[in-house]
Amino acid sequence: MRSLKIILAIFVKDLRVEWRNRETLASVCVFGILVVFLFNFAFEPGREETLRLLPGLLWISFAFAGVLCFNRSFALERENACLEGMALAPVDPGLIYLGKMLANLLFLGIAECVIVFATGLWYNFSFVPSLKWFAPITFVGTVGYVAVGTTFGAVAANIHMREVMLPVLQFPVAVPVLIAGIEASTGALKGDPPSSYLSWIKLAAGFAVIFIVLSYLLFEYVLEES
Amino acid sequence: MSKILSSVHLFVTLAWMIVAFWMIFLYAPQELTMGEVQRIFYIHAPSGWVAGTAYGIVFLASVIYLWKRSPIADDLAHAAGEVGFVFCSCLLVTGPLWAKPAWGIWWTWDARLTLTFVLWLLFVSYLMLRSYVSSPGRTATLAAVVGIIGFVDVPIDYMAIRWWRTQHPQPVIAGGEGSGLDPRMFLTFMVCVGAFHCLFSYFLVQRFRLARTRRELGALRRALAIRLSED
Repeated sequence: MRSLKIILAIFVKDLRVEWRNRETLASVCVFGILVVFLFNFAFEPGREETLRLLPGLLWISFAFAGVLCFNRSFALERENACLEGMALAPVDPGLIYLGKMLANLLFLGIAECVIVFATGLWYNFSFVPSLKWFAPITFVGTVGYVAVGTTFGAVAANIHMREVMLPVLQFPVAVPVLIAGIEASTGALKGDPPSSYLSWIKLAAGFAVIFIVLSYLLFEYVLEES
Repeated sequence: MSKILSSVHLFVTLAWMIVAFWMIFLYAPQELTMGEVQRIFYIHAPSGWVAGTAYGIVFLASVIYLWKRSPIADDLAHAAGEVGFVFCSCLLVTGPLWAKPAWGIWWTWDARLTLTFVLWLLFVSYLMLRSYVSSPGRTATLAAVVGIIGFVDVPIDYMAIRWWRTQHPQPVIAGGEGSGLDPRMFLTFMVCVGAFHCLFSYFLVQRFRLARTRRELGALRRALAIRLSED
């Protein structure tokens, strides 16, 4: 019970900070939309190609938006030595991780909704018929991606050039969840039977579970002071 | 003493490599369809095995570091990461050289090639992290965390990537029925695996000793600075 309270405290704190400065969400959404927008110039897809390109385009845009989100998440904590304050708090560091992760999940989730909406609009593609499967797939994939990203965001907070280093650290590790997300989304958007891409959803879910547990255990070391 | 040991190690490595190369070019029979080009296999595959070994060492040393906080484990992880990166690069260079004549293309995003590339990226990000951490006291811990996450990621990567159709030849060592090598090819291959591991261990030990020496030098410098400031 106490653990839940701690997680919630961190989560609410992040929401409050976001509510007061409204920086993260705005920049993440705009950045995600820009990726989709630029993609349009790069490929100028017709109707048929749209269906083929869309899942990849969406996930690339989610991935880039995520990097921005995780960077912000811990760049904020560096100001006024908040990171040290959290490390000193007499609580399990893993719970801090879970709180930050939930906040990141919410921010990235909102950004993804905006991105999907904009994509549907610009590419004249209706997500509504496939939403029943597309939404849970995106959710599971995003949980896995955020699980890794939050940890690396915290690692990158200690690095010079963290804006560059975060994607370098994170993308190779996030490869399985991105593949799974893209493959499963392709199936869902095409209207294939769910059984044909169920294994991808399982893979993404497994990835999420493994990395949430692993990050929960390792976060103590990421936070600690030398 | 360690100097003699090191010389013996170097000598054994050199001798073993010479034997391995003699076997590759003169002893092993020519492959039926691919011809001489197939001999890259004896350099390509052992490099892959060594890269795997190196990554395993990085993982184990990282776990030991987080558990015991031993700087020796940190130096070992750093050394294995660097040397492993070299062998992984060798794997990525010899792969396309072989693929071009054998498959007609330099590169394809099939399962194992993609996985190897991801492994290479993990090595790169691990080494970059090591050089960019802003407070040096934290390098070891953060590198250990990244080393562990990267290692856990590899089997999941393997599963994800394998579910694409694969163009890479099925495993010939301990594969299913119908696989297998000519006994002379197999012997050559195993000698090469041994030779590459011997070479790897030589590089690893040298790199490890360099890291130890650096650490000692740093400690001496700090002690000297303290002594000077006291005078």
